[in-house]
Amino acid sequence: MTDIPTNEPVLSVRDLHVDFSTRRGALKAIDGISFDIAPGEVLGVVGESGAGKSVTGSAVVGLIEPPGHISGGEIRLAGRRIDNLGAEEMRRVRGKEIGMIFQDPLTSLNPLYRIGDQLTETIRTHLPLSARAARARAIDLLADVGIPAPEQRIDSYPHEFSGGMRQRVVIALALAAEPKLVVADEPTTALDVSVQAQIIALIKKLCAERGTAVMLVTHDMGVIAETADQVAVMYAGRIVEKGPVADIIGRPMHPYARGLMSAIPSLVSDADRLVQIPGSMPRLASLPDGCAFHPRCDRCFDICTTLRPEPEPRGARRVACHLYTHEEMAS
Amino acid sequence: MLAFIVRRMIQAAIVLLTVALIAFVMFRFVGDPVNQIVGIETTAADRAEMRETLGLNDPVIIQFGRFVGRMARFDFGMSYQFRQPVSELFAERLPATLELAVISMVLAVGVGIPMGVFSALYRDSLSAKLMQVLSLVGISLPTFLIGILLIYVFSVQLGWLPSYGRGETVTIGGWSTGLLTGSGLLALIMPSVTLGLFQMTLIMRLVRAEMMEVLRTDYIKFAHARGLPDRVVHFGHALKNTLVPVITVVGLELGSVIAFAIITETVFQWPGMGLLFLQAVQNADIPIMAGYLMLIGVLFVIINLAVDLLYAAVDPRIKTTASAG
Repeated sequence: MTDIPTNEPVLSVRDLHVDFSTRRGALKAIDGISFDIAPGEVLGVVGESGAGKSVTGSAVVGLIEPPGHISGGEIRLAGRRIDNLGAEEMRRVRGKEIGMIFQDPLTSLNPLYRIGDQLTETIRTHLPLSARAARARAIDLLADVGIPAPEQRIDSYPHEFSGGMRQRVVIALALAAEPKLVVADEPTTALDVSVQAQIIALIKKLCAERGTAVMLVTHDMGVIAETADQVAVMYAGRIVEKGPVADIIGRPMHPYARGLMSAIPSLVSDADRLVQIPGSMPRLASLPDGCAFHPRCDRCFDICTTLRPEPEPRGARRVACHLYTHEEMAS
Repeated sequence: MLAFIVRRMIQAAIVLLTVALIAFVMFRFVGDPVNQIVGIETTAADRAEMRETLGLNDPVIIQFGRFVGRMARFDFGMSYQFRQPVSELFAERLPATLELAVISMVLAVGVGIPMGVFSALYRDSLSAKLMQVLSLVGISLPTFLIGILLIYVFSVQLGWLPSYGRGETVTIGGWSTGLLTGSGLLALIMPSVTLGLFQMTLIMRLVRAEMMEVLRTDYIKFAHARGLPDRVVHFGHALKNTLVPVITVVGLELGSVIAFAIITETVFQWPGMGLLFLQAVQNADIPIMAGYLMLIGVLFVIINLAVDLLYAAVDPRIKTTASAG
């Protein structure tokens, strides 16, 4: 496991499908997505609520809640296939090789246990350390995430911390066993704006120091612009555009990505109304034929209503839109 | 913490004074106590004299004060029917009731909690659904029916277990226990199952409902995401978070099991407080009834105090608010 070639991605997802079985048949929450995350790289996953961002994160750590399940494709962690592991093997991967950060720090920590107990139990689950060594490591971790006076604070309960401080503890827990990958699911959404920037900077710094790859799920384009190296824009369970952050923020190609970018309010513009994409994301039970975005798309043409576009390479990025394949055909 | 206990003690004293008032009123207004003591042929002069010696002509408040003073020394007066101090009768009967109540609660908690956890974790399995159905039976069948059914099966048909009494008892320091003899233990089985069955199903259903609530929380998801073994997540993180309501119910139920073991004690002719109380009601033996009321009041107050202290031991957030407030 140690002699991994450096160019191999930490996480490699290929044609992943996640279905939710219901009485009326399977709902496709994730419909064939593929992406890689290189060591030390930050992949931002953006999209509206219900686009499948969080389900993708849950699929990677093997914690999709029933009736959801992976129905196709594969997930590899440092070359090892993990989507078909047994429950016990997957448990050993979670926390050890993939750390996870949840949205709401107020509810992610068990209120009845001291944070030190929660840290040491995580450390000792994954690393062969004595109680004393695990405690020393827990104090180091708390210092790393910027908790002042960690020797005293380790014996505090979660309710004795503020929201931002609790999210720092959650980050310490996610990094407790030096994972190769951190999945951060909306890590700043529940925090004050002033604290958000600190937490994002902290995640970025700690992961850069450790060479940890990050999958950052968020709907906050500002966070993506500051943090991510690569961006994947999701819509209705598919990745519609994926590429380097500067390209996608600066020159989005997919009409949905364009809509998202132009919806970001600008300080210099004096428009009366904020730009918005008309309509709302279709329900999974009633996805339109062809491109799922076509009813809301201002560039929609005949083929979009019948044929689903597949992601095609466009320079450094991949875009799933007939607009560009059509252009090529025309030229 | 100390301030919390002191405040609790003051509350407890107020509660007990109120209970004492009710017990006192019972003496005063459920018939004339003199009539209860003397025969029909006693002369009016003798009655007046007795009234004077019993202090029944003093102002009510003084009589109440005297009553509270006697109660505080566990002097509940003489039983009308047994011509014996009520406190002696209680000392004879209390061990039987307490043993029965505690054993049935241990049974209820020891079986109810694991069943509740199991049926929450595997709520779609057949056995969990079966438990749900059985628990409905346990919760809706009346105690006396269960007791009679058990006697019919295990005493009448199979002849395995005694149908009444406590069996042999051993007295240790004034406490007569049936826990140390074979026949005592055998005699305890059916009454404790009868008395504990309702509590067991109640606890099981409560733990199941609480567990299902807790298992949905973010910190349980996060505990799974940290890769903790399922056993640690379920029995450490999840179960501990269900304990505050469970402790409340177990405390209250222990109180009611002690106070209302009456039916079970009657069915199995268990020589405990409940049987004594029932006889007292039939014979209008007010000193026993008043003493019983006081004793149960004290028990409930002690149990509630213990429950409050346990809360603080389980949930650190309660400790800080209790000592700060």
